[in-house]
Amino acid sequence: MTDPEIRAAVLNALHQIAPEVGADEIDPAASLREQADLDSMDFLNLVTRLGRDFGIQIPEADYPHLATLDACAAYLAARAPQHA
Amino acid sequence: MGEFRMPSLGADMVTGTLVEWRVHPGDPVHRGDIVAVVDTDKAAIEVEVWESGVVDELLVPEGTRVPVGTVLARLRPADEAAPVAAPVLEPPVPAPAPAEAGALPSAAPPPQAPGISVPIFRPAAKAAPPVAPTPATGRVRASPAARRLAAERGIDLGTIHGTGAEGAVVRADVERAMPHPPRVSPVAARMAELLEIDLRTVAGTGAGGAVTRADVERAAAARDSAAPSAPSGAPASPPPPLDASALARDRNAAMRQAIAAAVARSKREIPHYYLWTHVDVSRALRWLEARNADRPMEERILPAALMLKATALALRAVPELNGFWTEGAFRPADGIHPGVAVFLRGGGLVAPALLDADRKDLDTVMGELRGLVQRARTGGLRGAEMTSATITVTNLGDRGVEGVLGVIYPPQVAIVGFGKIVERPWAEDGMVGVRPVVELTLAADHRASDGHRGSLFLEKITDLLQKPEEL
Repeated sequence: MTDPEIRAAVLNALHQIAPEVGADEIDPAASLREQADLDSMDFLNLVTRLGRDFGIQIPEADYPHLATLDACAAYLAARAPQHA
Repeated sequence: MGEFRMPSLGADMVTGTLVEWRVHPGDPVHRGDIVAVVDTDKAAIEVEVWESGVVDELLVPEGTRVPVGTVLARLRPADEAAPVAAPVLEPPVPAPAPAEAGALPSAAPPPQAPGISVPIFRPAAKAAPPVAPTPATGRVRASPAARRLAAERGIDLGTIHGTGAEGAVVRADVERAMPHPPRVSPVAARMAELLEIDLRTVAGTGAGGAVTRADVERAAAARDSAAPSAPSGAPASPPPPLDASALARDRNAAMRQAIAAAVARSKREIPHYYLWTHVDVSRALRWLEARNADRPMEERILPAALMLKATALALRAVPELNGFWTEGAFRPADGIHPGVAVFLRGGGLVAPALLDADRKDLDTVMGELRGLVQRARTGGLRGAEMTSATITVTNLGDRGVEGVLGVIYPPQVAIVGFGKIVERPWAEDGMVGVRPVVELTLAADHRASDGHRGSLFLEKITDLLQKPEEL
Protein backbone atom coordinates (compact mmCIF):
# COMPACT_ATOMS: atom_id res chain seq x y z
CA MET A 1 0.00 0.00 0.00
CA THR A 2 1.36 3.39 -0.90
CA ASP A 3 1.60 6.22 1.56
CA PRO A 4 -1.36 8.11 0.02
CA GLU A 5 -3.42 4.92 0.17
CA ILE A 6 -2.58 4.40 3.82
CA ARG A 7 -3.42 7.99 4.63
CA ALA A 8 -6.70 7.70 2.75
CA ALA A 9 -7.54 4.58 4.73
CA VAL A 10 -6.80 6.32 8.02
CA LEU A 11 -8.91 9.33 7.06
CA ASN A 12 -11.72 7.03 6.01
CA ALA A 13 -11.66 5.27 9.38
CA LEU A 14 -11.63 8.65 11.09
CA HIS A 15 -14.57 9.77 8.99
CA GLN A 16 -16.67 6.85 10.21
CA ILE A 17 -16.14 8.03 13.76
CA ALA A 18 -16.13 11.79 13.24
CA PRO A 19 -18.25 12.31 10.13
CA GLU A 20 -18.43 16.05 10.45
CA VAL A 21 -14.65 16.50 10.15
CA GLY A 22 -13.56 16.94 6.54
CA ALA A 23 -10.43 15.20 5.30
CA ASP A 24 -9.03 18.50 4.12
CA GLU A 25 -9.38 19.95 7.62
CA ILE A 26 -6.86 17.57 9.15
CA ASP A 27 -3.36 18.91 9.69
CA PRO A 28 -1.24 15.77 9.29
CA ALA A 29 1.30 16.86 11.88
CA ALA A 30 -1.17 17.82 14.59
CA SER A 31 -2.99 15.69 17.13
CA LEU A 32 -5.81 13.68 15.57
CA ARG A 33 -7.63 13.43 18.88
CA GLU A 34 -7.71 17.17 19.29
CA GLN A 35 -8.60 17.99 15.71
CA ALA A 36 -11.42 15.48 15.54
CA ASP A 37 -12.47 15.84 19.19
CA LEU A 38 -12.01 12.15 19.93
CA ASP A 39 -12.56 10.87 23.43
CA SER A 40 -11.07 7.62 24.69
CA MET A 41 -13.98 5.59 23.31
CA ASP A 42 -13.64 7.21 19.89
CA PHE A 43 -9.90 6.60 19.86
CA LEU A 44 -10.36 2.96 20.81
CA ASN A 45 -12.89 2.62 18.00
CA LEU A 46 -10.44 4.23 15.58
CA VAL A 47 -7.62 1.94 16.63
CA THR A 48 -9.90 -1.08 16.34
CA ARG A 49 -10.96 -0.07 12.85
CA LEU A 50 -7.41 0.51 11.71
CA GLY A 51 -6.36 -2.80 13.16
CA ARG A 52 -9.16 -4.51 11.28
CA ASP A 53 -8.52 -2.64 8.04
CA PHE A 54 -4.82 -3.39 8.10
CA GLY A 55 -5.08 -6.86 9.61
CA ILE A 56 -2.90 -6.17 12.63
CA GLN A 57 -3.22 -6.04 16.40
CA ILE A 58 -2.26 -2.67 17.81
CA PRO A 59 -1.09 -2.90 21.45
CA GLU A 60 -2.07 -0.14 23.87
CA ALA A 61 1.60 0.70 24.29
CA ASP A 62 1.67 1.75 20.62
CA TYR A 63 -1.14 4.31 20.92
CA PRO A 64 1.34 7.23 21.06
CA HIS A 65 2.48 6.17 17.58
CA LEU A 66 -0.97 6.98 16.27
CA ALA A 67 -1.17 10.50 17.58
CA THR A 68 -1.05 12.28 14.23
CA LEU A 69 -1.87 11.36 10.65
CA ASP A 70 1.83 11.42 9.78
CA ALA A 71 2.61 9.13 12.71
CA CYS A 72 -0.21 6.75 11.75
CA ALA A 73 1.03 6.55 8.17
CA ALA A 74 4.57 5.70 9.30
CA TYR A 75 3.41 3.17 11.90
CA LEU A 76 1.00 1.39 9.59
CA ALA A 77 3.47 1.32 6.71
CA ALA A 78 6.03 -0.34 8.97
CA ARG A 79 3.68 -2.69 10.78
CA ALA A 80 1.57 -3.91 7.89
CA PRO A 81 4.00 -4.45 5.03
CA GLN A 82 1.89 -7.26 3.57
CA HIS A 83 -0.57 -4.59 2.54
CA ALA A 84 2.11 -2.78 0.49
CA MET B 1 -58.37 -3.72 24.00
CA GLY B 2 -54.79 -2.68 24.82
CA GLU B 3 -53.37 0.71 23.98
CA PHE B 4 -49.95 1.79 22.85
CA ARG B 5 -49.40 5.42 23.73
CA MET B 6 -46.79 8.02 22.86
CA PRO B 7 -44.26 7.49 25.64
CA SER B 8 -42.48 10.13 27.61
CA LEU B 9 -38.86 9.64 26.70
CA GLY B 10 -37.47 12.27 29.02
CA ALA B 11 -38.57 14.56 31.81
CA ASP B 12 -38.75 17.49 29.42
CA MET B 13 -40.61 15.79 26.59
CA VAL B 14 -44.01 17.25 25.70
CA THR B 15 -44.62 15.99 22.18
CA GLY B 16 -43.08 13.41 19.90
CA THR B 17 -43.31 12.58 16.22
CA LEU B 18 -44.28 9.08 15.15
CA VAL B 19 -41.70 8.69 12.43
CA GLU B 20 -42.08 5.06 11.44
CA TRP B 21 -44.20 2.08 12.29
CA ARG B 22 -42.34 -1.18 12.60
CA VAL B 23 -45.53 -3.26 12.82
CA HIS B 24 -48.75 -3.56 10.85
CA PRO B 25 -52.31 -4.45 11.80
CA GLY B 26 -52.43 -8.18 12.33
CA ASP B 27 -48.81 -8.52 13.55
CA PRO B 28 -48.39 -10.31 16.85
CA VAL B 29 -46.29 -8.39 19.36
CA HIS B 30 -44.63 -9.41 22.57
CA ARG B 31 -43.76 -7.30 25.53
CA GLY B 32 -40.50 -5.55 24.75
CA ASP B 33 -40.78 -5.71 20.96
CA ILE B 34 -39.87 -2.55 19.13
CA VAL B 35 -42.99 -1.32 17.38
CA ALA B 36 -42.25 2.23 16.30
CA VAL B 37 -39.65 4.91 15.89
CA VAL B 38 -40.35 8.19 17.66
CA ASP B 39 -38.55 11.42 17.04
CA THR B 40 -38.03 13.68 20.03
CA ASP B 41 -36.14 16.93 19.76
CA LYS B 42 -32.93 15.11 20.54
CA ALA B 43 -32.92 11.84 18.69
CA ALA B 44 -34.87 9.15 16.90
CA ILE B 45 -35.72 6.51 19.47
CA GLU B 46 -36.94 2.98 18.91
CA VAL B 47 -39.93 2.43 21.15
CA GLU B 48 -41.05 -0.85 22.65
CA VAL B 49 -44.54 -2.05 23.44
CA TRP B 50 -45.12 -3.24 26.98
CA GLU B 51 -48.06 -5.53 26.36
CA SER B 52 -48.31 -8.66 24.31
CA GLY B 53 -51.07 -9.18 21.80
CA VAL B 54 -51.89 -8.50 18.21
CA VAL B 55 -51.81 -5.10 16.57
CA ASP B 56 -55.39 -4.18 15.87
CA GLU B 57 -55.23 -0.69 14.45
CA LEU B 58 -52.58 1.96 13.90
CA LEU B 59 -54.23 5.24 14.81
CA VAL B 60 -51.52 7.75 14.00
CA PRO B 61 -49.92 7.97 10.56
CA GLU B 62 -46.17 8.24 10.11
CA GLY B 63 -44.92 11.78 10.31
CA THR B 64 -47.47 12.99 12.84
CA ARG B 65 -46.47 14.95 15.92
CA VAL B 66 -48.62 14.23 19.00
CA PRO B 67 -48.52 14.97 22.71
CA VAL B 68 -47.07 12.42 25.11
CA GLY B 69 -49.83 10.05 26.17
CA THR B 70 -51.71 10.08 22.87
CA VAL B 71 -52.94 6.62 21.92
CA LEU B 72 -50.94 5.60 18.87
CA ALA B 73 -52.26 2.11 18.31
CA ARG B 74 -54.69 -0.42 19.68
CA LEU B 75 -53.84 -3.97 20.50
CA ARG B 76 -56.14 -6.91 20.96
CA PRO B 77 -55.45 -10.08 22.91
CA ALA B 78 -53.70 -12.77 20.91
CA ASP B 79 -56.56 -15.21 20.96
CA GLU B 80 -59.23 -12.78 19.77
CA ALA B 81 -60.16 -12.94 16.08
CA ALA B 82 -59.43 -9.86 13.98
CA PRO B 83 -62.51 -7.81 13.05
CA VAL B 84 -61.52 -7.90 9.36
CA ALA B 85 -58.99 -10.34 8.03
CA ALA B 86 -56.54 -8.21 6.07
CA PRO B 87 -54.18 -10.13 3.80
CA VAL B 88 -50.62 -9.51 4.90
CA LEU B 89 -48.77 -8.96 1.65
CA GLU B 90 -45.64 -7.38 3.02
CA PRO B 91 -42.65 -9.41 4.04
CA PRO B 92 -42.02 -9.37 7.80
CA VAL B 93 -39.94 -6.48 9.12
CA PRO B 94 -36.55 -7.82 10.22
CA ALA B 95 -35.75 -7.66 13.94
CA PRO B 96 -33.39 -4.79 14.65
CA ALA B 97 -29.81 -5.94 15.22
CA PRO B 98 -27.58 -4.30 17.80
CA ALA B 99 -25.53 -1.66 16.02
CA GLU B 100 -21.90 -2.63 15.72
CA ALA B 101 -19.08 -0.17 15.46
CA GLY B 102 -18.22 -1.27 11.94
CA ALA B 103 -21.60 -2.17 10.55
CA LEU B 104 -22.78 0.80 8.51
CA PRO B 105 -25.05 0.67 5.48
CA SER B 106 -23.16 0.43 2.22
CA ALA B 107 -24.06 4.00 1.32
CA ALA B 108 -22.93 5.83 4.43
CA PRO B 109 -25.33 8.56 5.49
CA PRO B 110 -24.05 11.99 4.46
CA PRO B 111 -22.36 13.94 7.23
CA GLN B 112 -25.09 15.77 9.06
CA ALA B 113 -24.96 18.48 11.65
CA PRO B 114 -24.90 16.94 15.11
CA GLY B 115 -28.20 16.91 16.89
CA ILE B 116 -30.02 15.51 13.86
CA SER B 117 -30.90 11.90 14.10
CA VAL B 118 -28.86 10.18 11.42
CA PRO B 119 -30.93 7.42 9.81
CA ILE B 120 -31.20 4.62 12.31
CA PHE B 121 -32.00 2.07 9.67
CA ARG B 122 -29.38 -0.60 10.03
CA PRO B 123 -28.44 -3.60 7.92
CA ALA B 124 -30.96 -6.34 8.59
CA ALA B 125 -30.12 -8.98 11.20
CA LYS B 126 -28.55 -12.10 9.71
CA ALA B 127 -31.59 -14.18 10.54
CA ALA B 128 -34.00 -11.94 8.61
CA PRO B 129 -35.33 -13.12 5.25
CA PRO B 130 -34.29 -11.10 2.17
CA VAL B 131 -36.70 -8.24 1.56
CA ALA B 132 -37.68 -6.80 -1.84
CA PRO B 133 -37.26 -3.02 -2.00
CA THR B 134 -40.89 -2.28 -2.93
CA PRO B 135 -43.24 -4.93 -1.59
CA ALA B 136 -46.69 -5.52 -3.04
CA THR B 137 -48.45 -3.03 -0.81
CA GLY B 138 -46.09 -0.26 -1.98
CA ARG B 139 -44.43 0.28 1.37
CA VAL B 140 -40.94 1.41 0.54
CA ARG B 141 -37.99 0.55 2.72
CA ALA B 142 -36.55 3.83 3.83
CA SER B 143 -34.76 5.32 6.79
CA PRO B 144 -36.70 7.62 9.13
CA ALA B 145 -34.65 10.62 8.02
CA ALA B 146 -35.29 9.80 4.36
CA ARG B 147 -39.00 9.47 5.04
CA ARG B 148 -39.11 12.77 6.83
CA LEU B 149 -37.26 14.62 4.11
CA ALA B 150 -39.34 13.05 1.36
CA ALA B 151 -42.55 13.95 3.18
CA GLU B 152 -41.41 17.55 3.60
CA ARG B 153 -40.47 17.83 -0.06
CA GLY B 154 -43.53 16.04 -1.32
CA ILE B 155 -41.40 13.38 -3.02
CA ASP B 156 -42.80 9.90 -3.51
CA LEU B 157 -40.35 7.47 -1.95
CA GLY B 158 -41.35 4.85 -4.48
CA THR B 159 -39.73 6.89 -7.26
CA ILE B 160 -36.35 7.02 -5.61
CA HIS B 161 -33.63 4.48 -6.15
CA GLY B 162 -32.34 3.35 -2.77
CA THR B 163 -28.66 2.84 -2.12
CA GLY B 164 -28.92 1.73 1.50
CA ALA B 165 -28.83 -1.84 2.74
CA GLU B 166 -31.12 -4.11 0.70
CA GLY B 167 -32.16 -1.28 -1.57
CA ALA B 168 -33.45 0.96 1.22
CA VAL B 169 -33.81 4.65 0.50
CA VAL B 170 -31.52 6.71 2.66
CA ARG B 171 -31.51 10.43 3.12
CA ALA B 172 -28.78 10.98 0.53
CA ASP B 173 -30.96 9.32 -2.07
CA VAL B 174 -33.82 11.71 -1.36
CA GLU B 175 -31.50 14.71 -1.47
CA ARG B 176 -30.22 13.61 -4.86
CA ALA B 177 -33.77 13.32 -6.14
CA MET B 178 -34.81 16.77 -5.02
CA PRO B 179 -35.41 19.32 -7.74
CA HIS B 180 -32.94 22.15 -7.62
CA PRO B 181 -34.35 25.11 -5.75
CA PRO B 182 -35.28 28.15 -7.86
CA ARG B 183 -32.88 31.05 -7.94
CA VAL B 184 -33.96 33.55 -5.34
CA SER B 185 -32.72 37.10 -4.83
CA PRO B 186 -31.42 37.80 -1.33
CA VAL B 187 -34.15 40.38 -0.80
CA ALA B 188 -36.79 37.87 -1.80
CA ALA B 189 -35.27 35.25 0.48
CA ARG B 190 -35.33 37.59 3.44
CA MET B 191 -38.90 38.64 2.64
CA ALA B 192 -39.95 34.99 2.41
CA GLU B 193 -38.44 34.31 5.83
CA LEU B 194 -40.22 37.27 7.40
CA LEU B 195 -43.56 36.45 5.83
CA GLU B 196 -43.12 32.70 6.43
CA ILE B 197 -43.55 31.82 2.78
CA ASP B 198 -42.26 28.51 1.51
CA LEU B 199 -40.13 29.49 -1.46
CA ARG B 200 -40.81 26.20 -3.15
CA THR B 201 -44.41 27.23 -3.63
CA VAL B 202 -43.64 30.59 -5.21
CA ALA B 203 -43.74 30.98 -8.98
CA GLY B 204 -40.75 33.00 -10.09
CA THR B 205 -41.29 35.74 -12.66
CA GLY B 206 -37.74 37.05 -12.74
CA ALA B 207 -35.08 36.17 -15.31
CA GLY B 208 -34.83 32.42 -15.80
CA GLY B 209 -37.71 31.79 -13.42
CA ALA B 210 -35.97 33.48 -10.51
CA VAL B 211 -38.12 34.41 -7.53
CA THR B 212 -38.32 38.14 -6.90
CA ARG B 213 -39.54 40.16 -3.97
CA ALA B 214 -42.75 40.94 -5.81
CA ASP B 215 -43.38 37.22 -6.32
CA VAL B 216 -43.02 36.60 -2.60
CA GLU B 217 -45.30 39.47 -1.69
CA ARG B 218 -47.87 38.18 -4.14
CA ALA B 219 -47.70 34.71 -2.63
CA ALA B 220 -48.13 36.13 0.85
CA ALA B 221 -51.16 38.16 -0.20
CA ALA B 222 -52.73 35.08 -1.80
CA ARG B 223 -52.10 32.99 1.26
CA ASP B 224 -53.51 35.53 3.69
CA SER B 225 -56.70 36.06 1.70
CA ALA B 226 -57.35 32.33 1.42
CA ALA B 227 -57.17 32.00 5.25
CA PRO B 228 -57.50 28.23 5.57
CA SER B 229 -58.90 26.95 8.83
CA ALA B 230 -57.44 23.73 10.15
CA PRO B 231 -60.04 21.22 11.32
CA SER B 232 -59.96 20.92 15.08
CA GLY B 233 -58.04 17.96 16.35
CA ALA B 234 -55.69 17.79 13.38
CA PRO B 235 -52.09 17.69 14.51
CA ALA B 236 -50.28 20.96 13.73
CA SER B 237 -47.58 20.50 11.11
CA PRO B 238 -44.26 22.22 11.70
CA PRO B 239 -43.39 25.07 9.26
CA PRO B 240 -41.47 23.61 6.30
CA PRO B 241 -37.75 24.35 6.53
CA LEU B 242 -36.14 26.06 3.57
CA ASP B 243 -33.24 23.67 3.18
CA ALA B 244 -31.31 20.91 4.87
CA SER B 245 -29.05 23.23 6.86
CA ALA B 246 -32.06 25.17 8.11
CA LEU B 247 -33.49 21.84 9.21
CA ALA B 248 -30.27 21.10 11.03
CA ARG B 249 -30.36 24.46 12.76
CA ASP B 250 -34.00 23.91 13.76
CA ARG B 251 -33.24 20.55 15.29
CA ASN B 252 -30.15 21.79 17.05
CA ALA B 253 -32.09 24.74 18.38
CA ALA B 254 -34.90 22.47 19.50
CA MET B 255 -32.50 20.19 21.30
CA ARG B 256 -30.74 23.08 22.99
CA GLN B 257 -34.12 24.39 24.12
CA ALA B 258 -35.04 21.00 25.55
CA ILE B 259 -31.75 20.82 27.42
CA ALA B 260 -32.12 24.43 28.58
CA ALA B 261 -35.57 23.72 29.99
CA ALA B 262 -34.37 20.60 31.78
CA VAL B 263 -31.31 22.13 33.43
CA ALA B 264 -33.16 25.33 34.36
CA ARG B 265 -35.85 23.27 36.02
CA SER B 266 -33.24 21.18 37.78
CA LYS B 267 -31.46 24.18 39.24
CA ARG B 268 -34.71 25.85 40.17
CA GLU B 269 -36.29 22.90 41.93
CA ILE B 270 -33.54 20.69 43.25
CA PRO B 271 -31.50 21.80 46.24
CA HIS B 272 -28.09 20.51 45.09
CA TYR B 273 -25.21 19.74 47.43
CA TYR B 274 -21.74 18.96 46.17
CA LEU B 275 -18.96 16.67 47.29
CA TRP B 276 -15.65 15.86 45.71
CA THR B 277 -12.70 13.62 46.32
CA HIS B 278 -9.60 12.38 44.53
CA VAL B 279 -9.08 8.73 43.71
CA ASP B 280 -5.73 7.07 43.16
CA VAL B 281 -6.34 4.88 40.12
CA SER B 282 -2.82 3.50 39.76
CA ARG B 283 -3.86 -0.03 40.75
CA ALA B 284 -6.88 0.11 38.49
CA LEU B 285 -4.88 1.28 35.48
CA ARG B 286 -2.10 -1.26 36.05
CA TRP B 287 -4.66 -4.04 36.26
CA LEU B 288 -6.40 -2.77 33.13
CA GLU B 289 -3.14 -2.58 31.18
CA ALA B 290 -2.22 -6.14 32.07
CA ARG B 291 -5.67 -7.38 31.23
CA ASN B 292 -5.89 -5.53 27.92
CA ALA B 293 -2.45 -6.71 26.83
CA ASP B 294 -3.74 -10.23 26.18
CA ARG B 295 -6.95 -9.18 24.58
CA PRO B 296 -7.76 -8.23 20.98
CA MET B 297 -8.73 -4.60 20.49
CA GLU B 298 -12.43 -5.37 20.29
CA GLU B 299 -12.30 -6.70 23.85
CA ARG B 300 -10.27 -3.95 25.47
CA ILE B 301 -11.79 -2.27 28.47
CA LEU B 302 -11.60 1.45 29.07
CA PRO B 303 -11.23 3.06 32.51
CA ALA B 304 -14.72 4.51 31.98
CA ALA B 305 -16.22 1.03 32.19
CA LEU B 306 -14.43 0.34 35.47
CA MET B 307 -15.68 3.60 36.91
CA LEU B 308 -19.23 2.90 35.80
CA LYS B 309 -19.23 -0.55 37.34
CA ALA B 310 -17.72 0.74 40.60
CA THR B 311 -20.41 3.42 40.75
CA ALA B 312 -23.15 0.87 40.20
CA LEU B 313 -21.85 -1.44 42.92
CA ALA B 314 -21.43 1.46 45.36
CA LEU B 315 -25.11 2.31 44.90
CA ARG B 316 -26.02 -0.99 46.52
CA ALA B 317 -24.51 0.42 49.70
CA VAL B 318 -26.14 3.86 49.41
CA PRO B 319 -29.51 3.29 47.73
CA GLU B 320 -30.85 6.76 48.55
CA LEU B 321 -28.85 8.07 45.61
CA ASN B 322 -30.46 5.62 43.21
CA GLY B 323 -34.06 6.51 42.50
CA PHE B 324 -36.48 9.34 41.93
CA TRP B 325 -37.91 12.30 43.74
CA THR B 326 -41.56 12.49 42.76
CA GLU B 327 -44.62 13.89 44.50
CA GLY B 328 -42.68 15.07 47.49
CA ALA B 329 -40.88 11.84 48.33
CA PHE B 330 -37.95 9.72 47.37
CA ARG B 331 -38.77 6.45 45.69
CA PRO B 332 -35.83 4.06 45.48
CA ALA B 333 -35.50 2.36 42.12
CA ASP B 334 -35.84 -1.41 41.67
CA GLY B 335 -32.60 -1.78 39.85
CA ILE B 336 -29.40 0.12 39.26
CA HIS B 337 -29.46 1.67 35.80
CA PRO B 338 -26.89 4.44 35.52
CA GLY B 339 -27.50 6.90 32.72
CA VAL B 340 -24.27 7.40 30.82
CA ALA B 341 -23.80 10.99 29.72
CA VAL B 342 -22.83 10.92 26.06
CA PHE B 343 -21.78 14.12 24.41
CA LEU B 344 -23.11 14.39 20.89
CA ARG B 345 -20.57 15.48 18.38
CA GLY B 346 -20.69 19.23 17.98
CA GLY B 347 -22.95 19.81 20.96
CA GLY B 348 -25.79 18.37 22.94
CA LEU B 349 -26.08 15.59 25.45
CA VAL B 350 -28.08 12.43 26.05
CA ALA B 351 -27.75 10.05 28.98
CA PRO B 352 -29.16 6.63 28.08
CA ALA B 353 -29.28 3.98 30.76
CA LEU B 354 -26.98 0.98 30.98
CA LEU B 355 -29.44 -1.38 32.61
CA ASP B 356 -28.49 -3.41 35.69
CA ALA B 357 -24.88 -2.26 35.52
CA ASP B 358 -24.19 -3.67 38.99
CA ARG B 359 -25.05 -7.19 37.87
CA LYS B 360 -23.11 -7.33 34.64
CA ASP B 361 -19.50 -8.38 34.33
CA LEU B 362 -16.95 -5.89 33.17
CA ASP B 363 -16.75 -7.18 29.60
CA THR B 364 -20.50 -6.88 29.24
CA VAL B 365 -20.49 -3.38 30.72
CA MET B 366 -17.78 -2.33 28.28
CA GLY B 367 -19.59 -3.84 25.32
CA GLU B 368 -22.85 -2.16 26.25
CA LEU B 369 -21.09 1.11 26.89
CA ARG B 370 -19.66 1.02 23.38
CA GLY B 371 -23.09 0.27 22.00
CA LEU B 372 -24.77 3.06 23.95
CA VAL B 373 -22.24 5.65 22.85
CA GLN B 374 -22.50 4.52 19.24
CA ARG B 375 -26.27 4.52 19.20
CA ALA B 376 -26.54 7.78 21.11
CA ARG B 377 -24.53 9.41 18.36
CA THR B 378 -25.91 7.69 15.30
CA GLY B 379 -29.40 6.74 16.30
CA GLY B 380 -31.02 3.57 17.54
CA LEU B 381 -31.42 4.23 21.22
CA ARG B 382 -34.38 2.38 22.69
CA GLY B 383 -37.24 3.71 24.75
CA ALA B 384 -36.19 1.78 27.84
CA GLU B 385 -32.71 3.26 27.64
CA MET B 386 -34.11 6.77 27.50
CA THR B 387 -36.46 6.46 30.44
CA SER B 388 -34.90 4.05 32.91
CA ALA B 389 -31.84 5.87 34.20
CA THR B 390 -31.85 5.87 38.00
CA ILE B 391 -28.80 8.13 38.35
CA THR B 392 -26.45 9.78 35.88
CA VAL B 393 -22.72 9.29 35.50
CA THR B 394 -20.71 11.75 33.51
CA ASN B 395 -17.18 10.91 32.55
CA LEU B 396 -15.25 13.58 30.76
CA GLY B 397 -12.69 11.11 29.54
CA ASP B 398 -9.06 11.87 29.31
CA ARG B 399 -9.24 15.01 27.26
CA GLY B 400 -11.59 16.89 29.49
CA VAL B 401 -11.17 19.00 32.57
CA GLU B 402 -10.05 17.76 35.95
CA GLY B 403 -13.48 17.64 37.51
CA VAL B 404 -17.14 18.20 36.79
CA LEU B 405 -19.97 19.10 39.13
CA GLY B 406 -23.03 18.21 37.19
CA VAL B 407 -26.64 19.26 37.06
CA ILE B 408 -29.05 16.59 38.27
CA TYR B 409 -31.61 15.34 35.72
CA PRO B 410 -34.99 15.36 37.45
CA PRO B 411 -36.58 13.20 38.71
CA GLN B 412 -33.20 11.58 39.51
CA VAL B 413 -31.54 12.62 42.75
CA ALA B 414 -27.85 12.47 41.97
CA ILE B 415 -25.20 12.83 39.30
CA VAL B 416 -21.69 11.39 39.59
CA GLY B 417 -18.75 12.98 37.78
CA PHE B 418 -15.39 11.53 36.84
CA GLY B 419 -12.79 13.97 35.56
CA LYS B 420 -9.63 13.52 33.62
CA ILE B 421 -6.97 11.11 34.85
CA VAL B 422 -4.01 13.30 35.79
CA GLU B 423 -0.61 12.52 37.23
CA ARG B 424 -0.43 14.09 40.67
CA PRO B 425 1.87 14.03 43.65
CA TRP B 426 0.43 11.59 46.14
CA ALA B 427 1.33 10.91 49.75
CA GLU B 428 0.90 7.41 51.16
CA ASP B 429 2.53 5.77 54.15
CA GLY B 430 4.65 8.83 54.81
CA MET B 431 6.13 8.86 51.30
CA VAL B 432 5.42 11.07 48.32
CA GLY B 433 5.17 9.73 44.81
CA VAL B 434 3.37 10.45 41.58
CA ARG B 435 0.15 8.64 40.87
CA PRO B 436 -2.57 8.80 38.23
CA VAL B 437 -5.46 10.44 40.03
CA VAL B 438 -9.04 11.14 39.03
CA GLU B 439 -11.35 13.70 40.58
CA LEU B 440 -14.61 12.07 41.56
CA THR B 441 -17.58 14.28 42.33
CA LEU B 442 -21.16 13.98 43.46
CA ALA B 443 -23.96 16.47 43.05
CA ALA B 444 -27.01 15.25 44.96
CA ASP B 445 -30.52 16.28 45.92
CA HIS B 446 -30.45 17.35 49.53
CA ARG B 447 -34.08 16.32 49.96
CA ALA B 448 -33.18 12.69 49.34
CA SER B 449 -29.73 12.38 50.94
CA ASP B 450 -27.22 14.28 52.99
CA GLY B 451 -23.49 14.87 52.88
CA HIS B 452 -22.68 12.02 55.23
CA ARG B 453 -24.35 9.43 53.00
CA GLY B 454 -22.95 11.10 49.91
CA SER B 455 -19.45 10.82 51.38
CA LEU B 456 -19.94 7.15 52.16
CA PHE B 457 -20.92 6.62 48.55
CA LEU B 458 -17.78 8.31 47.21
CA GLU B 459 -15.62 6.39 49.67
CA LYS B 460 -17.18 3.15 48.49
CA ILE B 461 -16.37 3.94 44.86
CA THR B 462 -12.81 4.82 45.87
CA ASP B 463 -12.41 1.49 47.69
CA LEU B 464 -13.84 -0.50 44.79
CA LEU B 465 -11.42 1.13 42.37
CA GLN B 466 -8.52 -0.07 44.53
CA LYS B 467 -9.57 -3.67 43.86
CA PRO B 468 -10.28 -3.68 40.13
CA GLU B 469 -10.02 -7.46 39.87
CA GLU B 470 -13.18 -7.70 41.96
CA LEU B 471 -15.23 -5.44 39.69
